Amino acid sequence: MASIFAAGESGNAAADHAAFKKQLNKVYGWYIGGFIIFVIVLGLLEQMGLPRSWIGIIFLLATIGLYAGIGIMSRTTEAAEYYVAGRRVPAMYNGMATGADWMSAASFIGMAGTLYLTGYGGLAFIMGWTGGYCLVAFFLAPYLRKFGQFTIPDFLGARYEGNLPRLIGIFAAILCSFTYVVAQIVGVGIITARLTGLAFEIGVFLGLAGILVCSFLGGMRAVTWTQVAQYIILIIAYMIPVIWLGVQQSGMPIPQLAYGHKLQTISQIEEKLINDPKEKEVQAIFKARADELSAKLKDVPAALAADKAAAQKRVADLKAANAPAAEVQAAEAALAAVPANAEDATRAWTAARTDNTARARPLGGMPRHAQQFAGNPDGDAAAQKTFNESRRNFLALIFCLMVGTAALPHILVRYYTTPSVKEARDSVTWSLFFIFLLYFTAPALAVLVKFEMFNFVVGTPFANLPAWVANWQQVDPTLLSVTDVNKDGILQLGEIKIGGDIIVLATPEIGGLPYVISGLVAAGGLAAALSTADGLLLTIANALSHDLYYKMIDPNATTSRRVGVSKALLLVVALAAAYVASLKPADILFLVSAAFSFAAAAFFPALTLGIFWKRANKWGAVVGMIGGLAITFYYMATTQPWLRGLFGVTSPIAENTWWAIQPISAGLFGVPIGFFLIIVVSLLTGAPRQDTQDLVEHVRYPNLKAA
Amino acid sequence: MTLTLSERQREYWRKNLRITAVLMVIWFLVTFGVGYFARDLNFTFFGWPFSFWVGGQGALIIYVLMIWYYARTMNRLDQEFGVAEGE
Repeated sequence: MASIFAAGESGNAAADHAAFKKQLNKVYGWYIGGFIIFVIVLGLLEQMGLPRSWIGIIFLLATIGLYAGIGIMSRTTEAAEYYVAGRRVPAMYNGMATGADWMSAASFIGMAGTLYLTGYGGLAFIMGWTGGYCLVAFFLAPYLRKFGQFTIPDFLGARYEGNLPRLIGIFAAILCSFTYVVAQIVGVGIITARLTGLAFEIGVFLGLAGILVCSFLGGMRAVTWTQVAQYIILIIAYMIPVIWLGVQQSGMPIPQLAYGHKLQTISQIEEKLINDPKEKEVQAIFKARADELSAKLKDVPAALAADKAAAQKRVADLKAANAPAAEVQAAEAALAAVPANAEDATRAWTAARTDNTARARPLGGMPRHAQQFAGNPDGDAAAQKTFNESRRNFLALIFCLMVGTAALPHILVRYYTTPSVKEARDSVTWSLFFIFLLYFTAPALAVLVKFEMFNFVVGTPFANLPAWVANWQQVDPTLLSVTDVNKDGILQLGEIKIGGDIIVLATPEIGGLPYVISGLVAAGGLAAALSTADGLLLTIANALSHDLYYKMIDPNATTSRRVGVSKALLLVVALAAAYVASLKPADILFLVSAAFSFAAAAFFPALTLGIFWKRANKWGAVVGMIGGLAITFYYMATTQPWLRGLFGVTSPIAENTWWAIQPISAGLFGVPIGFFLIIVVSLLTGAPRQDTQDLVEHVRYPNLKAA
Repeated sequence: MTLTLSERQREYWRKNLRITAVLMVIWFLVTFGVGYFARDLNFTFFGWPFSFWVGGQGALIIYVLMIWYYARTMNRLDQEFGVAEGE
């Protein structure tokens, strides 16, 4: 069995490669068939009365067991196998592996939710996370493949003549990848907890076991073949509910092609809801609550004392009147909930005021779905300013996400694993095609769910709400909660509080599909999180073991020792990431998006100039990478609330922003400064050595014979 | 050893740069051109506002096609200029 993922050895490379591809087609063909039968059998068992919690546990164990099986079959101690899967991954399979590597828990679960909540603005993520592959294809993948080493710092070390650029590369690779991997492990913990009902922390470590069995024994080789398996599960899981919902709403199995008309209906309903007196009534109530909190925040100690006295009086009154025990208990709970001191009260009331102010806006705070940018270019000065800033930030975010995509080390190393430059080029096409399948579906899903919400949930009497609304409110009120704020017995849009993740998670139930499909969706989210975590962990461990240990500390280490060190480090990094994840860091989402700006500023200028400009030299690269990173970091530290707190920055945010750009897009400044510094410093210092310039020529041609 | 390139090899690289530049112009127009004028490009396109459709689908389709075209063209160019692998 261990030979399934090993190529034949007849000596004829082309024939071996063709035979290997054929074998892969057979293996994964059986795999898809087997997986579909597995889901159908579980569906039948559900009809026969298998309880839901069992279905969740079976999905969890079966998929993790499957990945572990592939991991064990692909175990290896050879360096080329461990680091780059033996460089014989065919273009299409590398495309699937890249797709799984790329699409994280955030893409799978969060993307459609972001689009639901932000409409057109969310399309920045869709374009940014796909258009970046154009940069990968035109500027990086074929050339890195021709270079043909093991890691991205490898390229920096060879091209920029020394260990200093390599060391900066190691630092930047770890900086981008570690925060990202923590977010994936948090995702694994949440999904595992949801599937099985176990505690979050146990979910984290269960998921960690799933990640380690894939990567520990077989490195890149094992990760590649599990990622292919994970891609297949995640795309099936994403598509089935969307297709079903599309058929249900309009008898159309490919809703991606026809949701434009639904978008028109949504725009008409939005128009009606904005002018609806009942909606305005709800908004006025939230506005009044926010105003009340503002008044309390003006004199916190006095307001706190008044609150406490009122709560105490109510308890005393109820007790005196011999009220039912339940009422007394409720009053006592209310008394206990009064903030203990002025500091707590300020924090709690400020948060509540922000929340109420947000909900006092029309459409529950969501922009109109089809509206491009906030503000109005033909309105007054303030509206024009809002419009310009909104548009500028939209474009800046796309830029950072695109360049960041083309600079994330765990994606770029995937193109080292193809057999040739030609296959590396083809492989980028396949990668983007497989990613495209999910990304062009997410905006459709967001519209389908909004259509469902506006037609069958908003404006419905509370007594007649669809069953899934009550179910989810019970499962997780942070994802969905409805309260009759204006007490008219009818649900207004303003009375719904919704968390983005519910869009994907609840779609099977909205479409009336059996629970087994909900389990499938959770398994798809798990596959997305695990596959991304695998690729990231491997990148971190290899940066440390290959680049730091082997290339810089002990260049005489034997192959088996190198792989051994790599495996040990993998374990250490994985445990460290799981530990950080178990603390549930609150600002993890910001850190993930920050990773794109960091990667863009640190790697993109140095990598592309290294290929396209022979004159770029060591000192240019060193100064450019450090300068780009430093500017990006400085901008974030002075404009992002959490980082400002960390570094004790107190000057107002508005004074620190440049052209009102959001901190998430700090790479907009880091990337051009990186390019600028590399060019200027390179020109001020000497040209690179002749053999380095020859290396650049070699990288540019798939096969360069001396003239 | 100093590497000297034949005129034909230089020609290959120039062609590569030209193809890359043209594709990057299209990439820029589709992404940032349509993005900048999104509010104005609001006419109905098969039911969608045009710029919304581009952001959610059109741009993605063009990205995939561009990468496919680049790979196909370069793989042929390799053969034509005698720089393909295995030659």
